[in-house]
Order: sequence, then structure tokens, then C-alpha cells
Amino acid sequence: MHELSIASSIIETVTREIQEKKLDAVQAVGLRIGELSGILPDALEFGFDALKSDTPLAQAELVIEIVPVTAVCSECKHEFKVEEFVFICPQCQSSAVETYSGQELEIAWLETESPHRKIDETEI
Amino acid sequence: MAEKVAVEKKVLSENDKLAAEIRAQLKKHAVASLNFVSSPGSGKTSLLEKTLEALRNELKIALIAGDVQTENDANRLTRAGGTLVRPLVTGGACHLDARMIARVLPEFELASLDVLFLENVGNLVCPSSYDLGEDMKVVLISTTEGDDKPLKYPGMFRRSSVMVINKIDLLEFTDFDMEAVKRNALQINGRLKIFELSCRTGEGLQAWFDWLRDFVKTQKNS
Repeated sequence: MHELSIASSIIETVTREIQEKKLDAVQAVGLRIGELSGILPDALEFGFDALKSDTPLAQAELVIEIVPVTAVCSECKHEFKVEEFVFICPQCQSSAVETYSGQELEIAWLETESPHRKIDETEI
Repeated sequence: MAEKVAVEKKVLSENDKLAAEIRAQLKKHAVASLNFVSSPGSGKTSLLEKTLEALRNELKIALIAGDVQTENDANRLTRAGGTLVRPLVTGGACHLDARMIARVLPEFELASLDVLFLENVGNLVCPSSYDLGEDMKVVLISTTEGDDKPLKYPGMFRRSSVMVINKIDLLEFTDFDMEAVKRNALQINGRLKIFELSCRTGEGLQAWFDWLRDFVKTQKNS
């Protein structure tokens, strides 16, 4: 159950992003979570909702995209979707395969109210 | 009207940055490093005890022992002859992260070390997300656990380089299927180096010590 610390990292990162890009209230946070990341989306949403009040993300929802596990065979270069975590190339049966996707734990995008850029007085 | 702003940032980018700094520091001083992960009770502390006892005269070993609440593991390891055992009580956290390691690393004189062991908190899920700057992860399971552990925690077995199967002395009293567990683990990670051993009887330990000694030497010369 490390979703609470992951949720806290998300809030920290997005808060910094809001300050740097001078964004308005964030309505949604788009996440990409790989099937191999060890993160439970339900637990993450629970942790996020528990921590978000009194932060700039108080109104925000998480929108989670689950990324399937794919791999590339080091021998025959075949790219394939990994089913049931079997990392064996279906084409040449080699087990020398590199994980291509599925380990993601990324903040992809933020959704804000438009216009998202506040007028910075120093720019006038 | 809502508007989307691209971010494209790793959630654990801060952790990864610190881990990269730790890795660079260890490399600079030619210190090999292994991160030991398992469920609670698989025998991480026992394996480390045996390893310290066997290799303490050959290798300069330091150890950071993560524990959720007590310093019991660190005390055991200090008795086993690890002169440089640093307990790290996480205060409830279910994993070690790079920030915790970075905080205690300055206590070690890295230039005088050969190898650093990181004993993670007993948990096969959470520690897999956190790079600690180690050369490799060593995952332990024991014959009193289910032989489907690799299938239940594929992320950890995929990210580990070595799998140690402990408590083989108890094999005859359990339904643990040795061939199935190896097959399951290799399906997830065909490059896993596997050791079967018993920390209690000592069976199989020599092969682990020999491999470890070679690994540390290779890292030192690379």
C-alpha cells in the first residue's frame, strides 16, 4: 500500500507544475499507469481524494489510463503484447526480451479551466 | 471550457533523480550494491547474516537495514559481524526510497567499501516502484510460501536480477513445487539467476557466496 505516498508525489509534482505554468484551478489529472507498475488504481484514487483537500488540487479528479505490457524481442526484434506476464517471444520463443511499456507511472496531462494562463503582471 | 495542458512527467522523477546520484556516487568509489526484497519472513536477514559471517574477512561490507518499526534486524546483523550496519526505521512506510538512502549514505566512508547491501522492507509490491540506486535487486522467496509468488508479483520478479529460494531444508514438509516456481519466475524474467539454499542448514550457500564474490569483483573492475 504505497499508493498514499504515490498520491502525495502526484500532488507535489502537479502543485509545482501549477506554479511554474501559472495554471488556473486544475479539474483533472491524467495519469498513465502501466500494468507492471504495481499500482492499484482504486487505492491511488482513494489516497488522492484523502490528501487533496487544502491543496490546489482540491477540485481535481484523477483520470487513469492503464498501459498494457508490451515487449521487444532482443533476438528477432518482434514487438508483442505480453499476456499473463509471459515474457517469451511468441515468434522465436526467446526469453531475451526487453520491456517496452507497462512500467509507466506518469502524469500525462492536466485539465484546467480556460483560459489556463493567468495574466502575469510582470509581463505587462 | 476546459483545456488540456501536457505535462509528461514521471511521478517518481524526484526519487529517480536521487537514485541516479546515489548510483553515480557508488560507481565513483567502485562500491557494488544489492537491494534485497521479499515478503516478510522469507529470510532476508538470515541470508545477510550468513553472508556477513562468511565474507567479512574478504570484503568490506556495509549494510542499510530497513525496518518498519524496530531495529531488531540491524541488531542481529551487527552481531553477525557487520561492523557497518545502519538501521533505517521507516516509521510505517512499506518500502525504502532513494531519499532515505541519500540521507544515511554520508555516514559511510564509501572509498573504503567493497559492497553495500540494502535490506528493503518485507513487501513484494511497493519496493518495486522505488529505485534506490542499486546495481541489482535480489528477490527472495521461501519454500513455506506459495510457489505462485512470481505470478502474483510479476513486477518485482521482472525487475530483479537474482532469485534466492530459501528454506529448501523444509521442502519435504510443504507442497512447494520447485520446478513450477522456477518455470513461473523464468517466464516473467528469463535472465534471473537462481539460487536454492537453506540459511538454517547451510546447504547451497557456498554457490551464493561464490557468485557474490565474483559479482563484487566484476563491479570493482568495471
